[in-house]
Amino acid sequence: MTLLRQRLAAIDSTRGVWVALVITLTVGGVLVYADGGSLFHQSSIVSMLQRAAGLGIVAIGQTFAILAGSLDLSVAYVISLTSLIAAETMAGSEGNVPVAIAAVLAVSAGIGLANGLLITKLRINAFIATLGVGLLIKGYLEQGYAGPAGSVPTSVQRLGYDRIGPVPLSFLLMAAVAVAAWVVLQRTRFGHHTIAVGGDLDVARLSGVRTDRVLIGTHIICSICAGITGLYLASRLGAGAPRVGSEGGYDLESIAAVVLGGTVLAGGRGGVAGTVGGVALLAAIDTIFNQLAVDPFFKQVVRGVVIIAAVAIYALRRRKAGRP
Amino acid sequence: MLLELSEVSKSFFGVRVLHEVGLSLQAGEVHAVVGENGAGKSTLMKIASGAYQPDAGAIRLAGQAVSFRGPREAQAAGVGIIHQEFNLLPERTVAQNVFLGHEPSRRGFVDRGAMHARTAELLASIGADGLSPDATVGRLGVAQQQIVEIVKALALDARVLIMDEPTASLADHEVQVLYALVRKLQQRGIGIVYVSHRLAEVFDLSNRITVLKDGRLVTTLDTAQATPEALVRHMVGRELAHYYPPRATQAGTERLSVSGGGNAKLRGIELRLCSGEVTGIGGLQGSGRSALARALFGAQPFTSGQVLLDGRPIRLRSPRSAVRAGIAYVTEDRKAEGLTPRQSLLDNALLATRAVRPQWLGQRARAANARQLLAGIEVHAAGEDQEIRYLSGGNQQKVILARWLAMTPRVLLFDEPTRGIDVGAKAAVHDLIRRLASDGAAVLMISSELPELLGMSDRIVVMRDGAIAGELPAGASEEDVVGLATGTRAAP
Repeated sequence: MTLLRQRLAAIDSTRGVWVALVITLTVGGVLVYADGGSLFHQSSIVSMLQRAAGLGIVAIGQTFAILAGSLDLSVAYVISLTSLIAAETMAGSEGNVPVAIAAVLAVSAGIGLANGLLITKLRINAFIATLGVGLLIKGYLEQGYAGPAGSVPTSVQRLGYDRIGPVPLSFLLMAAVAVAAWVVLQRTRFGHHTIAVGGDLDVARLSGVRTDRVLIGTHIICSICAGITGLYLASRLGAGAPRVGSEGGYDLESIAAVVLGGTVLAGGRGGVAGTVGGVALLAAIDTIFNQLAVDPFFKQVVRGVVIIAAVAIYALRRRKAGRP
Repeated sequence: MLLELSEVSKSFFGVRVLHEVGLSLQAGEVHAVVGENGAGKSTLMKIASGAYQPDAGAIRLAGQAVSFRGPREAQAAGVGIIHQEFNLLPERTVAQNVFLGHEPSRRGFVDRGAMHARTAELLASIGADGLSPDATVGRLGVAQQQIVEIVKALALDARVLIMDEPTASLADHEVQVLYALVRKLQQRGIGIVYVSHRLAEVFDLSNRITVLKDGRLVTTLDTAQATPEALVRHMVGRELAHYYPPRATQAGTERLSVSGGGNAKLRGIELRLCSGEVTGIGGLQGSGRSALARALFGAQPFTSGQVLLDGRPIRLRSPRSAVRAGIAYVTEDRKAEGLTPRQSLLDNALLATRAVRPQWLGQRARAANARQLLAGIEVHAAGEDQEIRYLSGGNQQKVILARWLAMTPRVLLFDEPTRGIDVGAKAAVHDLIRRLASDGAAVLMISSELPELLGMSDRIVVMRDGAIAGELPAGASEEDVVGLATGTRAAP
């Protein structure tokens, strides 16, 4: 019994977002129904889950960086870059797919390593370091590409569109990434150390944790997740696109999703379950507003209000719990 | 010899803080290290535990020459340290904290079962079975957190345990628990280096005492052959004729009074503070002592009752309103609430003045005033631009005092004014508190240290469970205070 209660307490910090999701879906469902549509029609659900998939994978990676007390602003540009690498390497041929995937993973891991080294070895603030790396990639993309390039073979494009019942393959991919991330955070030493580094860098260091390695590791994971999203977007578009990441707002939205999920921006508290909830909540809001055909500017306002309200509620609850 | 440091030297920014200091430790020995502000105790401990590397000198562990490149290597060799500020993650469980950095793993995954079991085992081995390995550390009391710290060191099979000011944040009855623990570890053959400012503890626990002064080794004595007077003489280089300044000779006029004060943590507070007097506040940790100071300072305001300042009603809604009314508060937690650590000591001294007085007026005069105050209370630092985090606790506390002196306060609230500072600085702080009272301020002083409470106070108000349990006159005994605080004795 006590064990159960402790389990509940452990997920408590990420529970709020799921409650918010249920409320949003209920209220949204009623509104859409009153408008003459249906939120739970197969096509709406599919669109919701597809929206969730792309952002979800980036946000899960971002969760690692943020939990460790860092953050990554370069993800949007990594997504654009890897979408191009994927599509150009594949060049329409199925035989090139394994090479393309390897190239994407290698490049994104390299960028993550660079981010991590800048932050730990040169002691550059994560905000500035990752922004700088992002701008560097942006410059390369703008100089080299005017528009979409490369081509993805049809078999790979199916990743973007196929589904099992109402569940898109891409969503299953995100779910798999989420489960893997959860296992890493909860059950591996690296995961424990990630949370320790974000909780208190000095405590972690004085306890013998190799804090630099942990921070670099989280940045590599974060970048690889962005690379996987780049692959996924290339498969959906059938080509690579130099602005697909930045136009999708994946940098700030992934951070927003993590924070919505109850992970503290300063690190040390939170988890993947919350992030998935945060992504689902953002996707649900999107889908509801699309169904209602509301002015997109108003949609942005609502998302802003939701994010601010969520963080305010977390802060109040923590204060009530009497913890700093 | 279990651990032997010989001729260890260390400099920071060209300033020599340790001059060829030596220290030896046998298995099963408690070796106390004492010394004044900046004597080099903490630096020496950090070298022994691998956080700093010595510029010169040697470290031997069980006869083998070692050099630790970091705390990880020291831990692996069996040297553990319990820092003055706890090294724990409040959001994580006891077991997660105990095994942080060396989690048991099986096939690449953390073996949570083993982690839980071994934590429980370690807790039981020191008689702390009451503590659950799954408890969240942030929800534990200070004493329990310290037990977690000790268990954390034991989990690494520490042969040498360094304890830096282990009782600094413990209440008196918790100190007894720690004593028992130290003796238990000693029986197991663990060598303990015990750094403390509290001489009573040093005499109660240690086998030998090493005295440091200004980064040099003064002497190492057998505790059995030492006396407190001799020890103090070694530490400060002079005899302390009387430790506490003389009390007020006449009762002052009423300066501040509270009637029916209450809030979430306090109830039915009736309190008078008089100019010229030091009113001591006694009680156990969590009895509402700090809550009372925080209410008077507007940090956690009273929600009921009335406060009169010099006869006029006043609402203390925020620290700002309290500061403007002439109330000053020296907090218990210097590091978290008292300092802006990366700012210079001059900036720290000017913090309150700048916050409350108009910005454009008399910048220079203000800085000159602060300089004068800093000089007057003898702050030892490289210069006024030095970042305050590099000063010793005693000097930091003096800067905070200068900050409030610049406001010429009418009421001063001190919460553990000498916590974590050494004998010499302590005497200076005590003198200063008394001088402020003689100059007409009303002083409230919270202290967990009974000799300090009894030695300094003109009256002692004892708290229990958020209310005032009773008031004792100067000259009350330790038993009177403890009796009231624990409720085993009724108010006189």
